[in-house]
Amino acid sequence: MTSTLRALLGACAVAGLATVASAETTITVATVNNGDMIRMQGLMSDFYAKHPDIKVNWVTLEENVLRQKVTTDIATKGGQYDVMTIGTYEVPIWGKQGWLLSLDDLPADYDVNDLLPAIRGGLTVNGHLYASPFYGESSMVMYRTDLMKKAGLEMPEKPTWDFIRKAADAMTDKAAGIYGICLRGKAGWGENMAFLTAMSNSFGASWFDMKWQPQFNGDAWKKTINFYVDMMKADGPPGASNNGFNENLALFQQGKCGMWIDATVAASFVSDPKASKVASDVGFALAPDNGLGKRGNWLWAWSLAIPAGTKHADAAKTFIDWATSKDYLKLVASKEGWANVPPGTRKSLYENPEYAKIPFAKMTLDSINSADPTHPTVNPVPYVGVQFVAIPEFQGIGNDVGQQFSAALAGTETVDQALAKAQELTTRAMTKAGYIK
Amino acid sequence: MARRVTPARKATVTAAAWALGLLIFFPILWTILTSFKSEGDAVAIPPKFLFFHWTLENYAVVNQRSDYLLHFWNSVVISFGSTFAGLLIAIPAAWAMAFVPGRKTKDVLMWMLSTKMMPSVGVLVPIYLLFRNTGLLDTRIGLVIILTLIDLPIIVWMLYTYFKEIPGEILEAARMDGAGLRDEIIHVLTPMAVPGIASTLLLNVILAWNEAFWTLNLTAAKAAPLTAFIASYSSPEGLFYAKLSAASTMAIAPILILGWFSQKQLVRGLTFGAVK
Amino acid sequence: MATQHSRSAARLMISPAVLLLLGWMIVPLAMTVWFSFLNYNLLQPGPRTFAGFSNYYYFLTDPAFFTAIWNTLVLVLGVLAITTVGGVLLALLLDQPMWGQGIVRILVIAPFFVMPTVSALVWKNMFMNPVNGIFAWIAEALGLQPFDFLSQAPLFSIILIVAWQWLPFATLILLTALQSLDSEQMEAAEMDGASALARFVYITIPHLTRSITVVILIQTIFLLGVFAEILVTTNGGPGTASTNLTYLVYGQSLLQYDVGGGSAGGIVAVILANIVAIFLMRMIGKNLEN
Repeated sequence: MTSTLRALLGACAVAGLATVASAETTITVATVNNGDMIRMQGLMSDFYAKHPDIKVNWVTLEENVLRQKVTTDIATKGGQYDVMTIGTYEVPIWGKQGWLLSLDDLPADYDVNDLLPAIRGGLTVNGHLYASPFYGESSMVMYRTDLMKKAGLEMPEKPTWDFIRKAADAMTDKAAGIYGICLRGKAGWGENMAFLTAMSNSFGASWFDMKWQPQFNGDAWKKTINFYVDMMKADGPPGASNNGFNENLALFQQGKCGMWIDATVAASFVSDPKASKVASDVGFALAPDNGLGKRGNWLWAWSLAIPAGTKHADAAKTFIDWATSKDYLKLVASKEGWANVPPGTRKSLYENPEYAKIPFAKMTLDSINSADPTHPTVNPVPYVGVQFVAIPEFQGIGNDVGQQFSAALAGTETVDQALAKAQELTTRAMTKAGYIK
Repeated sequence: MARRVTPARKATVTAAAWALGLLIFFPILWTILTSFKSEGDAVAIPPKFLFFHWTLENYAVVNQRSDYLLHFWNSVVISFGSTFAGLLIAIPAAWAMAFVPGRKTKDVLMWMLSTKMMPSVGVLVPIYLLFRNTGLLDTRIGLVIILTLIDLPIIVWMLYTYFKEIPGEILEAARMDGAGLRDEIIHVLTPMAVPGIASTLLLNVILAWNEAFWTLNLTAAKAAPLTAFIASYSSPEGLFYAKLSAASTMAIAPILILGWFSQKQLVRGLTFGAVK
Repeated sequence: MATQHSRSAARLMISPAVLLLLGWMIVPLAMTVWFSFLNYNLLQPGPRTFAGFSNYYYFLTDPAFFTAIWNTLVLVLGVLAITTVGGVLLALLLDQPMWGQGIVRILVIAPFFVMPTVSALVWKNMFMNPVNGIFAWIAEALGLQPFDFLSQAPLFSIILIVAWQWLPFATLILLTALQSLDSEQMEAAEMDGASALARFVYITIPHLTRSITVVILIQTIFLLGVFAEILVTTNGGPGTASTNLTYLVYGQSLLQYDVGGGSAGGIVAVILANIVAIFLMRMIGKNLEN
C-alpha cells in the first residue's frame, strides 16, 4: 500500500468522525533521500494511527539540493516547510540566529537525557536543544578481514595512520583489482573535506587559529595532505578524485577495497549480504590517530528541526517527537530488524542487549563517543565542528579548498601548490567576510 | 523527381545511419535496461546487456515512494502552460518584427536574447524574495510565469525566423484585395505559420520540461515537477543506479513519446523556414 | 512598404513581449545591482552596510575568474564545433534514402529530450566512471588502462556530455534545412559533372548557412549558462579546471549565500554575455539579413 493511499485512508478515517471539530493539520517535511528517512516514510501508518489529525507532506531530495532549498527558505523566511532535516553544521549557525524553535518542551517520554552526549552537544546552542537527532554517525575503519589475514596483518582496535599505510601497501593487488585503501577524493565540504578535516585533526592541524588566520601554510596540513596523496597514489583506486561516499561504497561492496575509512552508517550497507559481495568478511576499527590525542573521525547527525515562523509548530513537534522517540526505534526493529534501526542517537539503544549483537554497534558507539565537536583539534580553535567549521562561510570555502585537494589527488597540482592556493583563497574569503581585520 | 538509388548504396547508408543512431541512443537505452536490473547487476563488470534477471522491482519501489502522477501532472501544466502563454505573447511580437521591421527591430531582438543570458543562479535570492512576498512559492502559476519569461526570447526568435520566410508578396497581394490586418493574420498568415508555431511549441515544451533550476528551487511539495522527482533519487546513500534509472525512464518517457508522435509536425515546422 | 497604420499596429503587437521582458529584466536586475553594492550575506543577520565596489573587487580579483572565463569560452566553442560539424555530417547521412529513416531519426533526436541532470548522472556513473563505467570496461577489454575522464580531462568530458545533448538539436534543424534543398538544382549540378565535394561546398553549405547561424545563436545562449552538468559531474574541479562563469557565481550566491558577491558576479556575467552577444551578432548578423 502506498503512503499516499495510507494518507488518504487516514484522511477518510478523520472524515468518518465528521463531527469532530478539529480540522486536519498538514505539515510539510523536507528530508534527505537517505535510506533511514525513506524507511520512515514507509512507516507513517503508525504515525497516522496515533495522530489522525495530522497529515504529512514529504519533500524528499538529494542532499545538496535539499540543503540549498531549505537554506534559501529559512534565510528568506519563505515558510514553505514546517520540519526540516538538517545536520550538525546548520544547527549551531541557525540556532544562534534564532531561526529555529527550541525543542526544550518535548514531552517527558522523549527523554532528552537519553541522547548521546556528543550528539546532543552538537545540536545544542546556549543550553537549548534546537534539533532532534534522527540518526547519528561518526567515521571508522571498515576493512576486509580475509585480505588482512592474507597480508599477514592484524587490525588493532585503535590503529595508527602508519599501520593503515602499511596494511594498505600489503593488501593492494592492482592486477586483481584490489586497492588497499579507498578514501573520499571528490571535492566538496561534505565529501573530501569532511574526511580530510577530520584526518587533519589527528595530525594536529586546524582550519584557523584563535585569530581566524587560516593554517594551510603550516606543517601539520602539509603532513596530512602529503600522507593522504602518497597513500592514495600508491594504493588507491583509479579515479579516486571523483569518489565520494557513494562511489567508495560501491567499490567496497564489490570487493575492490581493502580498507575504507568513512561514515559508520556504511557498516550496515557493507555487511548486508543482499547488496555486498563481501558481507561476511568485514571488520571494523576506530578511525586512525597519530598519537596526538585526537582521532581522525567525525561526528554528524541528521536531525529534525522546526523553522521559527511555522504556523504548525505543535503538529511539527508532535511529528518530531514521534520520529525520534524510543518507540520509533522499537517500531523499526519490529518491522525490519534491529540492524536497520536508525543508529547513533540514544544511549538506551546501545544498552539494549538485542542491539549489542549487531557486529558494528559497539564500534559505532565508541567512534561517536570519541568525537568532540566543541574541542575538535589539538590546538585551541575559535570554532566548533569536527569535520567542518560552523560558520556560514564554510560551505563555499570548504568546497573551494576541497577542489584544491581534489586536484592534488588527481595530480593536476602538486600538494604544495594546492596548499598555497587553499591558504590564499581562504584568507581572501575570511577577509571579505570580516573575520580577518 | 526522386533520385535513383542503388540498393547497395541504400543498404550501406541504412547500416551506417542505424549504427550511428544506436550509438547516440545507447546511453538512453542503457538507462532503460538498467531500470530493469537489480542494484547489484546495475554495477556489474563486465556489464550485463540482456542476460540478467529482469525485474520490475525498481518501478515498484519508485511508485511506492513517490507520487509520480502528481509530479507528472505538474510538469505537464508547467511546460505546456508556460509555452502557451509564451506563444500568446510572442506570436504578435514576432509577426510585427518580421513583417513591419523598423530600424530598431534587430536591436530589440538582440536585447530580448540578452535577457536570457542572466545567470539564474545569481538571481535566485531576489526572485525567491519576490515570490515569497507575492505568495507564488510552490505554486504552478509561479513556475508558469518564470518559465514563460525565461523562454519568451527563444519563442520570439524562433517564430521570427519562420515568419521572415513567409514571402511578403502574399501579404501584399492580400492587402491589395482589401484584407484588413485581422483578415491578414487569420486567413493568410495563420495557415502558413501553423507548422512553425507547432514546432516552436514542441521545442519549448521540451525545454520547459527539462528546466531544472527554477522548477527545483521555487517548489516544495505541491507544485514540484518531475525534476524534483529525479532529485529524490540521485545520489542517496547506497547503490542507486537501478532506481535512478527507473525514475529517469519515467521522467523522460512522456516527452520521448510526445517527440515520437509529433516528429512529423516538428519536422514540417522546421522545413517551413526554407520555403522561399 | 509598411504604412503608418501597420507600424503603430506592429508596435502594439510587440509591446506585451517587450514590456514583460523589460520587467523581467529590470526588476531582478535592479535588485541585483542594488545588492551588489551591499555587504549582504543571507546567513548573517544584522544591518546591510554599503560595500562600495568591494564585491566587484573580490569577484574580479578571484584567481578563478579568468580561468572561469576561459573555461566558459572553451566549453561554448567546443560544443558548438562538435554539434555543428557533427550535425551537418549526421544530417547529410540521414538525408539519404534508407530503410527505417523515421526510427533512426527518433533515435538521434532522443538525447535532446533528456533532462540535463539525468544525462550528466548517467554519463558520469554508468559510462565515465573509471571502475564501474562502460568506457573503463571497454578499455580493459582492449588491454588498456582505463582513462579517468572526469579527473584527467574534466572540461573535455563535460563538453562531450553537453555536445551529446545538443547534437540532436543541430542535426534536426540542419536536416530539415537539407530536405528543403532543391533537388533539381543538385541534379543539374550532378549532370554538369560537379563532384560530390564541389556540390557540397557550392550548393549545400551556402544553403545551410542560415540554419547553422540559428543553431549557433540558440545554442550559444544555452551553453553560456551550462550549470547542472558541471554541478553533477565535477563540481567545477579538480581545482577550477571545469569551473565556468555560471558555476563561479553559483558558488558565491548559493554556497556562501553571499548575496552581495553573487550579485556582483551576476552583473559581471550579464555584461560579459552581452559582449559575446554583440560580437556574435556582428559576426553572423549578415546571414540573418537577407
